[in-house]
Amino acid sequence: MLKVENVSAGYQDVSIIENISFQVKEGELFGILGPNGSGKTTLLKVISGVIPRSEGTIILDNKPLSSYSPKRLAQKVAVLPQMTTHAFDYTVKETVSLGRYPFQKGLFKQWTNQDEEIVQEIMKQTSISHLANKSLHEISGGEKQRVFLAQALAQQPKLLLLDEPTNHLDISHQKNLLDTLKWWSKSCGLTVVSIFHDLNLASLYCDRILLLSNGKVKALDQPNHVVEEEVIKQVYEATIKKQPHPELPRPQVMLSPSEQKEEFLIRKEDINVTKEMISLSTNVPLKTLSSAVIGAGFGWYKTFVNRHVSKDYHCDDVEKEMTQFLIDHQFHPKETVGMMTAAKLEDVAIEEIKEDKLSIVVVVTAGVSNAVDASKSYAHELHFHAGTINTWIFINGSLTDEAYIQAIMTATEAKTKAMHDEKIMDKVTKTIATGTSTDSILVAATQHGENIPYAGTITKLGKMIAKGVYECTIEAIQTYKKRWDIHD
Amino acid sequence: MRNISIQRSSRINRTIAYLFVTTFFVLSLLVGVSIGTLHIPISSILDVFSHALFQTELSEKTEPMMMNIVLDIRLPRVLLAGLVGASLALAGAAFQGLLQNPLADPYTLGISSGASLGAVFVLFFGIRLPIFGFMTLPLISILTGFLTILSVIIFSRFVERSMKMETIILTGIIMSSFLGSIISLMIALTGEELRQIINWLLGSVSMRGWEYISLFLPFFIVGTLMLLLQGNELNALSFGEEKAHYLGVDVRRKKLSILIAASILTGAAVAVSGTIGFVGLVIPHLNRLIWGPDHRDLLPLSLIFGAGFLILADLVARTIISPTELPIGVITALIGAPIFAFILVRQRIERRG
Repeated sequence: MLKVENVSAGYQDVSIIENISFQVKEGELFGILGPNGSGKTTLLKVISGVIPRSEGTIILDNKPLSSYSPKRLAQKVAVLPQMTTHAFDYTVKETVSLGRYPFQKGLFKQWTNQDEEIVQEIMKQTSISHLANKSLHEISGGEKQRVFLAQALAQQPKLLLLDEPTNHLDISHQKNLLDTLKWWSKSCGLTVVSIFHDLNLASLYCDRILLLSNGKVKALDQPNHVVEEEVIKQVYEATIKKQPHPELPRPQVMLSPSEQKEEFLIRKEDINVTKEMISLSTNVPLKTLSSAVIGAGFGWYKTFVNRHVSKDYHCDDVEKEMTQFLIDHQFHPKETVGMMTAAKLEDVAIEEIKEDKLSIVVVVTAGVSNAVDASKSYAHELHFHAGTINTWIFINGSLTDEAYIQAIMTATEAKTKAMHDEKIMDKVTKTIATGTSTDSILVAATQHGENIPYAGTITKLGKMIAKGVYECTIEAIQTYKKRWDIHD
Repeated sequence: MRNISIQRSSRINRTIAYLFVTTFFVLSLLVGVSIGTLHIPISSILDVFSHALFQTELSEKTEPMMMNIVLDIRLPRVLLAGLVGASLALAGAAFQGLLQNPLADPYTLGISSGASLGAVFVLFFGIRLPIFGFMTLPLISILTGFLTILSVIIFSRFVERSMKMETIILTGIIMSSFLGSIISLMIALTGEELRQIINWLLGSVSMRGWEYISLFLPFFIVGTLMLLLQGNELNALSFGEEKAHYLGVDVRRKKLSILIAASILTGAAVAVSGTIGFVGLVIPHLNRLIWGPDHRDLLPLSLIFGAGFLILADLVARTIISPTELPIGVITALIGAPIFAFILVRQRIERRG
């Protein structure tokens, strides 16, 4: 459809883009990305024929660009700029109708029935029919951009060029516009080449992305290959974190502002134990991975609550009840991780472990009345008891996602070993249990201080976690045994 | 169904628009010929017209003197006013569209200053070319007006090859103030011609006769035809040159032809009647407010409306404190401004409500 070969262009003697080559297939949604001043707009204007190129060729639909007359070109290529100025108050319909200009022939440019049908159809597809008689001053920015999109589409182009079409729109209009473009490219074979400002939007919608840097091609591939932390850092000189979209196989990037993080440490003394609950409140949120009732999964939380409930606690909507409990105790449910246990909270085992500058705090409460051997858990029926081992690990360091997961593995292994050493039996299978059926875990880190890439069992952090969890679990179980007077 | 009814209603609107402005023009023409020191009844005017055009017999009520007044004095004056009004309004509409600025008028690019300079030059030195006689002034004036727009175009092309509209406007403003200051210089140095020069500058269509009309007509026809065919292009250009390019308009060529056509109209109008202000700015604006900005209709509607408007303005100028005549440029603003203000306010209130 579009073939750009070794194209250079610029103003006077300064070349803005140099030696650019790429091809766009029919029906493709092709994104052009790059920092300000990288030559995106210049490239687009060269393709649309507004700026002459100094070198190279552009082939459009198998014919060189220069062989098209202005009208012929407008029948093939339409352009939607960032913003279109309008000095006068045209109606929406008049504006869209102007898109038929390249098709009107003769001295008097007769408006045909076909022109009328096309305009009506396109206004319907871009859902602006209801605005047809409104003037451009009366409609919102988002609607205006849709009107100019309709104008461009009324040219019935094979190729649509867009310069940051969503720049001034709110997210619903952004989505709306890009969905429309995607639809046109997939179902009508419209080829779309669009400049994007927003890496995430480009990653979501584009089939391929051309990344420009200082007027040269830096990368040209599928979004997942172009949007790489290293590449983006080089081109944009900004630190980003790449993550997959939660629902789609598309990369998304997160900016990290270069603000100064507040220095603080979590100490053993910060853990507050009462009969009703064990809690920790921090000034700054901690990045937390947990299986708690409230605030499970990854998130940033400032308060951590392990609440005592009676052995026969029963509730249909545990989450709602727990949320109410937090509110009643002046905790913000959106900033809190909440667990529950039937174990006596006074029997908690708390340990602080330090090595060099790295330190962790481990908190374990244990009730083992419904201990389970995971290897034979099929023998158990599904019902929940309140006897639970809750493990909290607070780390004064900065962890990667891998480290979080490894920390959980390490902690689990240490807990299982403690169960083994304390000879806690699964009452159903009469074998040594590996845990209880409702165990919960939490790993929270301050995310500053030492960088910790891994937390496997023999890494520095892994060793500390293993030791802390093992010792605390043993201690908690022993206290539990003493309280209930259980002997081996 | 809804869409069809809307289309139909807009077609009816258009018909109403053309009917309205045409009626306005015809009435202005008749009233303009009719009223004066000697009142001539409309029936007699029609009688004279039909006598002049189809050689019908004059009725008894029509005195032969009336025929002379109508054909030799009133009609040429009214027609010239109409032609000038039409040209200025049309040129104004085209300039506003081309420059994407509702505040532009035919004088923005300095053509009027050029044409005025020529005229003032002729008056100042009392030049009278042998063959042309008293037509020397309008001829020189048209010539200097045309030279001005040429130099504006050439200079802005020299500044920037692509001739962006902003460059042309800036060049026009430079040219306009430069030539304006030369005119001021001549006014400052002049003695007895002062009144003549000032009167000319304020604009008038009196005592011109058929010669001026025949001088003006060719420019009028060429300029009007060139512009009326560019309605679509002006629509596209009013969204900006770049957008017009994307829509398939051959921007450079169309821009030049619109610029030249509008300049021909303006230059010729200034040459025959002086710098009559307000018409070129407000008539297009007024029509846009009432009928919408679509240049395919805006251009012809402004043309007809402008003609009627200037005929009425001239009528007021010569009758209001008769026998003294007021400069027509004063009247255009005196009548036009309040009407314009009224319509503007009404529109804004409607939009709010």
